[in-house]
Amino acid sequence: MTLHVPSIHYLAILPVVILFGASLALLLLTALLGSKVTARVATSVTTLASLAAFAATFAQWSYVAQHGATTTIAHAIVLDGFSVVATAVVAVSLFLATLVAHDWSLRERVVGAEYQILALASAAGAVMMTQANDLIVVFLGLEILSIGLYVLVAFDRHRSTSAEAALKYFLLGGFASAIFAYGAALVYGATGSTNLTSVSYFLGSNVLLRPGLLYAGGALLLVGFAFKVAAVPFHLWSPDVYEGAPTPVTGFMASIVKVGAFAALVRVLISSLGTQLATWRPILWVLVALTTLVGASLALVQRNAKRMLAYSSINHAGFMLLGIWAGTTRGTAATLFYVMTYAPIVVATFAVVTLVGGPGDENHAIENYRGLARRQPWLGGALAVLLLSQLGAPLTTGFYAKFAVLAAAVDTGAGVLALIALLAAAIAAFFYLRWVLALYADDDLEAARIVVPRATGAAIALGVGATLLFGLWPGPLAALAQHATVLFNP
Amino acid sequence: MNVPAAWYLVLAALLFGVGAFGLLTRRSALIMFMCIELMLNAVNLTFVTFSRTLGDIGGQAIVFFVMVVAAAEVTVGLGIVVAVFRRRSSTSVDELSELRG
Repeated sequence: MTLHVPSIHYLAILPVVILFGASLALLLLTALLGSKVTARVATSVTTLASLAAFAATFAQWSYVAQHGATTTIAHAIVLDGFSVVATAVVAVSLFLATLVAHDWSLRERVVGAEYQILALASAAGAVMMTQANDLIVVFLGLEILSIGLYVLVAFDRHRSTSAEAALKYFLLGGFASAIFAYGAALVYGATGSTNLTSVSYFLGSNVLLRPGLLYAGGALLLVGFAFKVAAVPFHLWSPDVYEGAPTPVTGFMASIVKVGAFAALVRVLISSLGTQLATWRPILWVLVALTTLVGASLALVQRNAKRMLAYSSINHAGFMLLGIWAGTTRGTAATLFYVMTYAPIVVATFAVVTLVGGPGDENHAIENYRGLARRQPWLGGALAVLLLSQLGAPLTTGFYAKFAVLAAAVDTGAGVLALIALLAAAIAAFFYLRWVLALYADDDLEAARIVVPRATGAAIALGVGATLLFGLWPGPLAALAQHATVLFNP
Repeated sequence: MNVPAAWYLVLAALLFGVGAFGLLTRRSALIMFMCIELMLNAVNLTFVTFSRTLGDIGGQAIVFFVMVVAAAEVTVGLGIVVAVFRRRSSTSVDELSELRG
């Protein structure tokens, strides 16, 4: 019996290797040197690794542009334009979130490198999800992403809500993973493979006489994904976890989970189950309508900034699903563009929330924001821009992101659904504006000034800069999303 | 004696159902935790059965991945349960109600 070792294309897995390598190196350093590995060292390693992973995506991009999409490791990992861009977004999110977490760990006196080790591992999992071409690789990526995050959510030992949030996240996340794995098993039974390309090929060349098994499997996969991206009605964990988790972790989680889960969802639905479009579309229709509307409406009644942003992120997930619902290249590009623009915004928003939260990470009531922009025009103004971008105001990236998904949906004949999404955007606009107005309220001018540490300030500036720069000049980013989708592995 | 493959699939579906039902109805974090394990083992049984009927070794290889993932989840999950238990001396999820709104 001969053992066939699959060939490995090292450029394809370079970002995962960098992120995982950095994580293991930090772990080893901590084990050998103990407390000599300070927060500064850990942060430097993490930011360098995220920049290296970001640089690696440039090499990957030029490879894909020359040679086209390719698969490796027995076709389980794919390297295409879509994965490259999504990987770059993960690297940028990790970079920004690490800067924010650094100042937070100094403020809360968190010692050691554990935070950065886990964040690097989670980011590696997210990158794996963007490149997965096999349901089991999606599952592994999902678990690597999630297991690191369960611990990160529990990281604040001074607040009991942190551990409570972690337990809730863990139980529901484990539930979702098991559902996803069962879905993968049923799809395997129905099509004879877990490889996304093989599944697509099988469905394209065979007519299933009894498609029940495939439908059940597909539905379970969809439920698993819906849990992870917090689509209504599978969103109940998300506000509690967003509120309980340390604020920098919330921002990190909100960005990379969305990137990883949506990249994998696009691959599973569009490139693997694309032939079943007519079957999954109605389900997605309901998910989009519920997610956008419920997310926006429940955000209105919240008094806590982190819970509000949790519902806001649910609302955004609905818009990202809308692009997938379209099922076209344009829709996929729109979803990718949405994820690209949303990730840095949400990290920067939670960076401001981290600062306002203050020592102990507890001042998250919306009253704490009253007059902030009058006391500290730069910090308050930055938050105002970030909120307006999430609202979808013109001259910010949020506007083009919403416009792209709505246009893609209308293009495929979803008039009603686009109207529902627009209505939800209008409801959401109300609470974003209310928050922005509170920022500029002219009472309570004596409250203490918030010190903006350098690293966090840089992360906020980068987020705001990106949303304004690409809001005025969206061409390159939109072209990138489009090229990435053209280079999508079929 | 030859047991039809369908029986294994039904057994796996039942196990998965028991796990899901238990997770949704039981209130002790540890029992909920065991229910997740039960669901993952139902997944394993399904993979092995399909692997046998399809004559494809891939399904059996996947089981190892799922087992490793389950083990990793246990490690992290028990750590979180212990962290909660230290603060509250209870593992009932009904008492976890600080976060709501």
